Amino acid sequence: MTDPMARSFGSRPAMAGYPPSSSASLADILERVLDKGIVIAGDIRINLLDIELLTIKLRILIASVDKAKEMGIDWWEHDPALSSRGREEALAAENRRLRAELEEMRRAPLPPDRALPDTALPEAAPDEAERPVRRTGKRRPPP
Amino acid sequence: MSTPPAGPSLVYAYAATPPAPALDHVLPALTGVAGRPVDLLALTDAGHGPAAAFAVSDVPRSEWDEEALKVRFEDLDWLEETARAHHRVIEGLAAHTTVLPLRLATLYADRASALAALRHHGQALATGLARLSAHTEYGVKLYVRPAAAADPGATPPPAAGAAASKPGAGRAYLEARRAQQHARDDHYAQARTAAERIAALAAPHTADHVRHPAQSGPLTASGAGENVLNDAYLVPDAAAEAFREAVHSAVRGLSGVRLELTGPWAPYSFAAPPPPPTAAAP
Repeated sequence: MTDPMARSFGSRPAMAGYPPSSSASLADILERVLDKGIVIAGDIRINLLDIELLTIKLRILIASVDKAKEMGIDWWEHDPALSSRGREEALAAENRRLRAELEEMRRAPLPPDRALPDTALPEAAPDEAERPVRRTGKRRPPP
Repeated sequence: MSTPPAGPSLVYAYAATPPAPALDHVLPALTGVAGRPVDLLALTDAGHGPAAAFAVSDVPRSEWDEEALKVRFEDLDWLEETARAHHRVIEGLAAHTTVLPLRLATLYADRASALAALRHHGQALATGLARLSAHTEYGVKLYVRPAAAADPGATPPPAAGAAASKPGAGRAYLEARRAQQHARDDHYAQARTAAERIAALAAPHTADHVRHPAQSGPLTASGAGENVLNDAYLVPDAAAEAFREAVHSAVRGLSGVRLELTGPWAPYSFAAPPPPPTAAAP
């Protein structure tokens, strides 16, 4: 507890009455209450995908943005919840699509000894492989 | 027992604890999520059953069912408030007994359903509680101080306008930059030394250790330097003083490094049972 006052979110007046680690940084608390702690199935099932999205979001808030960028994760820059330059519609549509897919996968009765049914995997797209390479680059006139 | 909220309710479980009578005077002082009172839910037929109870609150169903949570989980203000309330309850309990924190928003349809879960998981919960008894979690974070700020002796880079016209200004600037770069490298080297010292001096006082990702997102940006180490240690209470002293001694003399020792925390990072020893891969 070197410098509690310097922590972001850590020095709200409303928290003043609580013992020191209640004023712990929000990042430290979220890191623990969302990502740690024992998971026991409750009756309220929060959509798995929502939570995964949330966890990704929080990881990005908490962990290094640079690292996320390195990994090619940059959609939060377009996320209305995290940024004002939102691509809301596209994200919401993608969200709906993924959610529907997940629902479908969840509903499919899976034999316990098998992973995802074959239908869940996209078939190899032959036209993708045979598509001729398009040359779009304009040839520069010789000097 | 608390009065349930008006209308249909759900049961929000914060943590598993031993059903200790010691909590009887603690619970009334706690305020849970959504400002709800907290009480203990224990199996009544505990004659030979496992010794675990849930700390719970009744919460309005309309605000905590799947549909509502889906929306509210996206609201960082709501999330902060809820996370802090969840944490406050766990912390309040942990000051008096062993707790096994549950993941945020573990909800049951009613008390009967929560009791069924308690009965079903009772053995595992009791085992976890026994493992964590008289242990506390501490967070150890190391930050590398920004080079210029931590190096008052270094020549400050000359002001661009005034210096540009003077002869030798370019060289002075480069030298200052080089000094700054050198200080920066030195601070990272100090952080490595500190981490090694913590592993050597402090870790022997601990029962378990996990490494969290370093924090540097917008939630933690404070200009206090770059977080390069974010570890959690499970420390037997009897060794807590020695552990803290060892951690502090690890950064002694390392002016380029800032230590943040957080806790005591309830053992969040160690709540999940350790993975069973797996057969060695070929």
